[in-house]
Amino acid sequence: MITKMNHASIFVLDQDSAFDFYVNKLGFTVNTDADMGPGQRWLTVNPPDQPDLELTLMLIHDGMMFNAESAEKMRELVKSGTFGFGAFECEDIRATYEELKAKGVEFKKPPTEEFWGWNALFSDDSGNWFSLGQNK
Amino acid sequence: MELYPRQYLYLRTVKAKLYIDANFAADIDLSKIADEACFSKFHFIRLFKSIYGRTPHQYLTDVRIEKAKEYLEADRSVASACFSVGFDSVSSFTGLFKRRVGQTPRQFQIARLRFKDSVASLPLSHIPSCFAEANGWMKNSNLREVKTIDGVSCG
Repeated sequence: MITKMNHASIFVLDQDSAFDFYVNKLGFTVNTDADMGPGQRWLTVNPPDQPDLELTLMLIHDGMMFNAESAEKMRELVKSGTFGFGAFECEDIRATYEELKAKGVEFKKPPTEEFWGWNALFSDDSGNWFSLGQNK
Repeated sequence: MELYPRQYLYLRTVKAKLYIDANFAADIDLSKIADEACFSKFHFIRLFKSIYGRTPHQYLTDVRIEKAKEYLEADRSVASACFSVGFDSVSSFTGLFKRRVGQTPRQFQIARLRFKDSVASLPLSHIPSCFAEANGWMKNSNLREVKTIDGVSCG
């Protein structure tokens, strides 16, 4: 029986920039930052209240996972905002929105009231978008 | 009639939080922050707590403890971490740290340095093998090699 998820991947264009975005802007915690040889790095972060879920900031590069052509296609898809990678929660969406906006995070949709609560959409530095929600 | 619209007070409170984030190491006067946010200290504390679930003072302490954790992970001494984040007594810092984190600063530091050393010396033990295989890292014997763990003692 599956009990929980402990890793999920977010494909990014630049790991240094993703580090700055997820750690310094979103306030996530670095879990593992390992040098895996020339040009390769295993970098995972946790949402602050979720230490057992590691979000892997996976660099799109030509290698085992992608060949040169598929890596280029993947980079273009990420850049153009094709992928929505997940939904985050917060306690106060208006305050979180104002704070993230002040830190330079780009929102595709400001906090909007839905029947179940509040919802906004923001993008990371690569182009991946996420939902930000607050339940009623 | 409200003197200021609620949205304005809201923005001021978020800015006050960002001010604490940026100036946690300074001798922050929370009354002054309330003045600058243009509302009474009582109103400011109440609104801050309603947004962040903690009083400004509790939040400031939390930020200082989190920053101290970063300094300890960077192998700075307990005293250096303590003073660098704005506390002025190592013993009160140690007591507060233990209450919040569940370990003394030194215990926390030893555990984190061991973890970091393990990541550096045996990275594959921290990576799900499907990811390691997809990246070709399982074939790299250097990443599986056990290296000597040094520099961290339990003393």
